[in-house]
Amino acid sequence: MKKLIGKIKGLKKTTKVDFATYGGVILAFLIVSALGRFGFLNRSISGMLVPICAYIVMAVSLNLVVGILGELSLGHAGFMSVGAFTGVIVAQSLQASVPSAPLRLALAIVVGAMFAAVAGVIVGIPVLRLRGDYLAIVTLAFGEIIKELINCLLVGYDSKGLHIAFNLDGSLTINDIGMAPDGMAIIKGAQGATGTATIASFTAGFILIMLTLVIVLNLVRSRAGRAIMALRDNRIAAESVGVNVTKYKLMAFVTSAALAGAAGALYGLNYSGLTASKFGFDTSILVLVYVVLGGLGNMWGSIIAATVLYILPEALREFRDYRMLVYAIVLILVMLATNNDQLKGLLGRIIPKRKGAADNG
Amino acid sequence: MKKKNLAALLMAGAMCFSLLAGCSGGSETGGTGTQDPEEPSQGAEATQPAGDDQNGQGNEPAGTASGTFKLGGIGPLTGENAIYGNAAMNGAQIAVDEINALGGAITFEFEKQDDESDPEKALNAYNTLLDHGMQVLVGTVTTGPCITVSDQAFQDRVFAMTPSASSTDVISGKDNMFQVCFTDPNQGVGAADYISANMPDAKVAIIYRNDDAYSQGIRDTFVSEAKAKGLEVVDEGTFTKDTQTDFSVQLTSAQNKGADLIFLPIYYQPASVILAQAKAMDYNPTYFGVDGMDGILTMEGFDTSLAEGVMLLTPFSADAEDERTQNFVKTYSDLYGETPNQFAADGYDVVYAIYEALNAAGCTGGMSAEEICEALIAVMPTISVDGLTGQGMTWQSTGEVSKAPMAVVIENGVYVLPN
Repeated sequence: MKKLIGKIKGLKKTTKVDFATYGGVILAFLIVSALGRFGFLNRSISGMLVPICAYIVMAVSLNLVVGILGELSLGHAGFMSVGAFTGVIVAQSLQASVPSAPLRLALAIVVGAMFAAVAGVIVGIPVLRLRGDYLAIVTLAFGEIIKELINCLLVGYDSKGLHIAFNLDGSLTINDIGMAPDGMAIIKGAQGATGTATIASFTAGFILIMLTLVIVLNLVRSRAGRAIMALRDNRIAAESVGVNVTKYKLMAFVTSAALAGAAGALYGLNYSGLTASKFGFDTSILVLVYVVLGGLGNMWGSIIAATVLYILPEALREFRDYRMLVYAIVLILVMLATNNDQLKGLLGRIIPKRKGAADNG
Repeated sequence: MKKKNLAALLMAGAMCFSLLAGCSGGSETGGTGTQDPEEPSQGAEATQPAGDDQNGQGNEPAGTASGTFKLGGIGPLTGENAIYGNAAMNGAQIAVDEINALGGAITFEFEKQDDESDPEKALNAYNTLLDHGMQVLVGTVTTGPCITVSDQAFQDRVFAMTPSASSTDVISGKDNMFQVCFTDPNQGVGAADYISANMPDAKVAIIYRNDDAYSQGIRDTFVSEAKAKGLEVVDEGTFTKDTQTDFSVQLTSAQNKGADLIFLPIYYQPASVILAQAKAMDYNPTYFGVDGMDGILTMEGFDTSLAEGVMLLTPFSADAEDERTQNFVKTYSDLYGETPNQFAADGYDVVYAIYEALNAAGCTGGMSAEEICEALIAVMPTISVDGLTGQGMTWQSTGEVSKAPMAVVIENGVYVLPN
């Protein structure tokens, strides 16, 4: 026992924070699962579990770009959208050949992540040459382009396989893609995906969060991660010592995109109806708010911020019409409170090591 | 530094309060109006024992409905589609109050929740309502959220009736889901039939929103029916949520192709822009809208003279002569300070349809949501309801309503029947 404590004490501060993050997530999962099993969770809370998991993964993955790479991305929901719709297509078309729902969900998440990663590469190569505001504008445009493309997408599945059409001039409908009469429409353009079998589960969400944390935290603590942070802190200095700018930027950006795609697949398979307009600018900003309020570069902060800020508007339903106003006030107060030097000093005195841990974490 | 922070906090606080003040001041008709009718239902919640007493009466022989039923309503009470959600919920509230005032065996408690027209929020609202003991769902108002919520309600076996979610995806494959409004195909077909019967030589241009399930759905059925009826569609213009502030391209194209009738299967906000821009470019075609156009006259800051001569397909006209409509319009405008639109009437009819069905099935307030659901599904195809949006409305077991569509034209700021 003493040896173990000694070992923990001997660990680096960052490693301790990482393990505390894993531990916290596992603990939260166990507590919520136990509460659910004994019937202590009401429907409202249990209905929110899967979207919370999806938004946590979104926030952590965006934090990799905004906090660690230091580039402002406003199109993160675009990657989520790619993942969500590919995930839905995969899960719906494999209904007959893969009867096991958890396996289908896993496949959907993996394929969703892959497609989002491809989108990340396509966007990343030209875009990451830009910096600052320009990058923000292009990622914003990317999110909107994805939305428009999916609005043109018609996908159906019948015994012959997938039928896909691009309805670019708006004259095609789902009946024009040549499906057999027994076929099933998966995505109907602007009407989105309807009739999706909802197979997402809280357990899958938890596993996805853990995978995301393992990937992101290990990337950040690795040699590559240090190179990425060096680019953030001083690009010229990093370049002068031989850090490959494009490679490391792309690494962070594509990893983030893939994880957002995975989150999208989980999210998409939690609702029977899904439209592309859901993944617009608003959703990108919402996730950015989670990241900023949780602290840039601070993964456990993102997790807590996503959870709290998702539950908050639902918990404020008692305020009726003033719900979103109260939500905004709470956001402003949180921002002011966390930036208050006095409060920080007070916290610092209570938990002496906290400041250092937060800076590194 | 400290002083600066304090000042920032104060500024933020002041901003918030001025916002708050602005809200309550600006929405005298909307904001405070929507809260007033809540009070009776809150009162009803406070007097829970009364409900329990009536549950006690639930031991009466089956066949007579009695007790207090908890209705839940979901619709966009805030956001860009708020006018629909608020109208439908207000209409439902009036029906609930009327039924409660009858002093009959059935009373209702009605609780409404906001979904911002977002499926994700709608599902959260639905779960919250179930936590509060909802037995029958009135909703949801808009199509996208309704597809998601109806699927969940189907799995949970909760009976639901939507005032205005018109897509066929809402009801397909779900035996517990019923509509009071027309389905999108019916609206598209109805509009094409009406135009071909009354204006057979019209050169039709369509402007629709191609990232919206409702708009695209109606456009698709309209075009195929127009083709069948030999109606000439000369131009189609599309827009999306993000480009609904400027229609000069679509309008110029329609004008150049000589369109003299523009079919607008869209919501009223973009329609108002189209009307204003067409007027500015001296283009005066006939406009033909569907139920989404309803509400344009009550839109804030809209010059109603622009809507002169606009035709729309709607099952409800606030100027109808019958006594029931007149009473409804009067009550509604007294309570909420505006003329009710079709959505308010739809919401009103949903509550009465549920009332009739509960009576026919002999449900009691003590029954669970599942039991009520099975009982109502069995009787829905058998009942006939006289509502504001149609006499003798009947339902098929698929959930689709049968009633006659009606076209109205806007004259002097009100709906009248076309000559």
